[in-house]
Amino acid sequence: MNSITARRRHPLARYAVLLLALSLLGGVYALLAPGGDRADAAIASGRADDVAAGKDLFAAHCASCHGPNAEGTSQPGTASGPSLIGVGAAAVDFQVSSGRMPLANPGPQAPRKRAPEWVNPDTVRQLAAYVQSLGGGPTKPSLESVDPAKGDPAKGGELFRANCIQCHNFVGSGGGLTYGKYAPPLNPATPTQIYEAMATGPQAMPVFNDTTITPEQKRDMIAYIVSVREQPDPGGSGLGRIGPVTEGLVAWIAGISLLVLAAIWITAKKRQVNHD
Amino acid sequence: MSLETVPKAIAGPSSFIDDRIGAGNFLKRNLRKVFPDHWSFLLGEIALYSFVILLLTGTFLTFWFKPGMAEVAYDGSYAPLVGVHMSEAYASALHISFEVRGGLLIRQIHHWAALLFVAGMMVHMLRVFFTGAYRKPRELNWLIGVLLLTLALLEGLTGYSLPDDLLSGAGLRITQGVILSLPLVGTYLQFLLFGGEYPGEDIIARFYSIHILLIPGLLLALISAHLILMWVQKHTQMPGKGRTESNVVGAPFYPSFMLKSGAYFLFTFGVLALLGTFAQINPIWLFGPYSPADISAGSQPDFYMGFLEGSLRLMPSWEINFLGYTLPMSVLIPALLPLGLIMTGLALYPFVERWVTGDNSEHHLCDRPRNNPHRTAIGIASITFYGLLWLLGANDWISAKFHISLYQTTIFGRFAIFLGPALAYWITYRICLGLQRNDQAVLSHGVESGVIKRLPHGEYIEVHVPPADDIAAHVRGKKEIPAIAAGPDGDGVPPKAMRTPLGRLRAKMSRAYAADTESISLDEAHNGHHDGHHDGNGHHAPAEVGAGDRKSIGH
Repeated sequence: MNSITARRRHPLARYAVLLLALSLLGGVYALLAPGGDRADAAIASGRADDVAAGKDLFAAHCASCHGPNAEGTSQPGTASGPSLIGVGAAAVDFQVSSGRMPLANPGPQAPRKRAPEWVNPDTVRQLAAYVQSLGGGPTKPSLESVDPAKGDPAKGGELFRANCIQCHNFVGSGGGLTYGKYAPPLNPATPTQIYEAMATGPQAMPVFNDTTITPEQKRDMIAYIVSVREQPDPGGSGLGRIGPVTEGLVAWIAGISLLVLAAIWITAKKRQVNHD
Repeated sequence: MSLETVPKAIAGPSSFIDDRIGAGNFLKRNLRKVFPDHWSFLLGEIALYSFVILLLTGTFLTFWFKPGMAEVAYDGSYAPLVGVHMSEAYASALHISFEVRGGLLIRQIHHWAALLFVAGMMVHMLRVFFTGAYRKPRELNWLIGVLLLTLALLEGLTGYSLPDDLLSGAGLRITQGVILSLPLVGTYLQFLLFGGEYPGEDIIARFYSIHILLIPGLLLALISAHLILMWVQKHTQMPGKGRTESNVVGAPFYPSFMLKSGAYFLFTFGVLALLGTFAQINPIWLFGPYSPADISAGSQPDFYMGFLEGSLRLMPSWEINFLGYTLPMSVLIPALLPLGLIMTGLALYPFVERWVTGDNSEHHLCDRPRNNPHRTAIGIASITFYGLLWLLGANDWISAKFHISLYQTTIFGRFAIFLGPALAYWITYRICLGLQRNDQAVLSHGVESGVIKRLPHGEYIEVHVPPADDIAAHVRGKKEIPAIAAGPDGDGVPPKAMRTPLGRLRAKMSRAYAADTESISLDEAHNGHHDGHHDGNGHHAPAEVGAGDRKSIGH
């Protein structure tokens, strides 16, 4: 008893108590809080060497903009990137597998492009594991949870019309946004990328998390998007599936031009007047 | 039996009919009616024949279309919509597209025909405008034409809304917004049209009656009046050899023109069938059923309403709050002003021109557009105004496909809508004058023959020959633009009517309207023997056209 009594006036004692209280609080929170185990689980699921390999990849390809520890940089005049702590493995998988990251040059929006040569499923997984280890976040969905065959396209269509077409158009042909940004066409996106985009909200896109749109609903939407984009156009050429703009162009350029040519052809031969 | 005698099987019934309704006399007089031959005179027939096809395909569609807004759950063959709740109208439009044999083809031909109907009217109207064919005595027929165009826009708007898909709903919502924006009466009109709150359950059935009965009836009556007037007043013709204000040179209706016109119907039908087969239009199944809560990117109307879409997109958000009432100028102005300007301008132009030129004579010979530069410039400026609005109605696609910032297209449009027409006016005016001078040069110097001659002293010249007879006659068809002979610098005191401010304005406009072209006369031209360069010292001589007239290219 005396050892505690003797040292409770020690100058460091207050810090020890504070530390004890904090770790108690933190420990209880970690045990009770929902989803608190996600980051740990992700680290556990990704092998430890994935994180290490991912860190190397990050240092080589990402750190120049996102900072050496993914904390983000913001120096005016130079390339700068946001902090990646907490964006999750899903964001990394979406951005890197679709070629948007690494960025070729800064602009209003990162375009989808062919991924550089070092990008393959393994390197993307390692990079994702590293970013996931930094602060958690949405993880890459399982193949089953994005399988279009398991979704209900009719239900997905209603959700799609309610949530997506304002920017991405009726059939996912994309559309323009403000300040040079745009909603990209959904045709090249894989089911996994569509899911990840909803979960992480890349660029101008809002986040549709699991409470806004449940994973089952996301799968329904993927089923709708995939079924519509794969379906042939029963009426002939789809004209880019962007609605009346191309229809008007075709009406004038093909329709009126053909009929003007026909009119010129019909009237080219003049009647010969016979004076008999 | 010789070829001259009529077979009994034909002679019997035809004299039976002739004895009773006297059709033979009518036909004898009218079948030989002469129609002038020019390709641009067929453009109106695009609209006429599209209308015929619209009536036929439209009738087919009514057999299956249900203009109801009762909610049903879809159970047809289009899988991505099975179980989705929608209106009867949309479900029946899907039924026509996927289950009725030939239904999709007929639907698509109907829609393409609607586009070509309006587009055909537009090109026909431009032909009439730029050649001055609306002048006395054809002003009334021009007015009928303007009315037809207005009705066609309404017909298109109602038809576009009928399938009750998500795209058409966006158009319907804008229509409702425009009605609501009208001061004082807007709310009442909206409730009257929709039978309650938007969208209600009546609008599709009401639009259906308007679309298949009221407007087509009016269109049919007005088109008939349009054709009868054209028949009675006879067709205008282009200036040319042997063509005067009092004759018509061309081919008789039977058999020549009838054959050509019949062939042109088949061409129109053919083009529409091609488009209906190979180009998908209005894929309503992709849009989904209408729900007032949903809206898609890239929601545009059909092309003929595009200019209204554009003006709505360009307008700054301006509204006036007055004594608790809101006047939404950001809707009112773009919805009514361009439409009003274009339609009123079209309707009034023949009368304004007659007032300005004081020209009260009949015109049966068309003007070449270059020979009336102000009219042509006004036309091109109007096309620019319309075209810019139309183009910017698609500014989101321009932004997305060409990677231009959306706001930049808006800002560009806000300036271009004023500067563009002015610039187009000036450029067109100068081009018209240049073309008139070119005509003058063709008549006085001849045309390049392609024969290069070397003269004994080594100089190369190109031999010029007189233009072909028909071309020369066509060019010589130019008429001076009449002007009212009054003004402060005229002879003596101007008449009393010309001394009012309005009269002075009229005189000033009249002088301006005829200016410049009078100095480019075809009867006297530059003497052709000064190395082909216009020295500008006003050295005029009567036209000398001959093979000896030559232009030096050697120095």
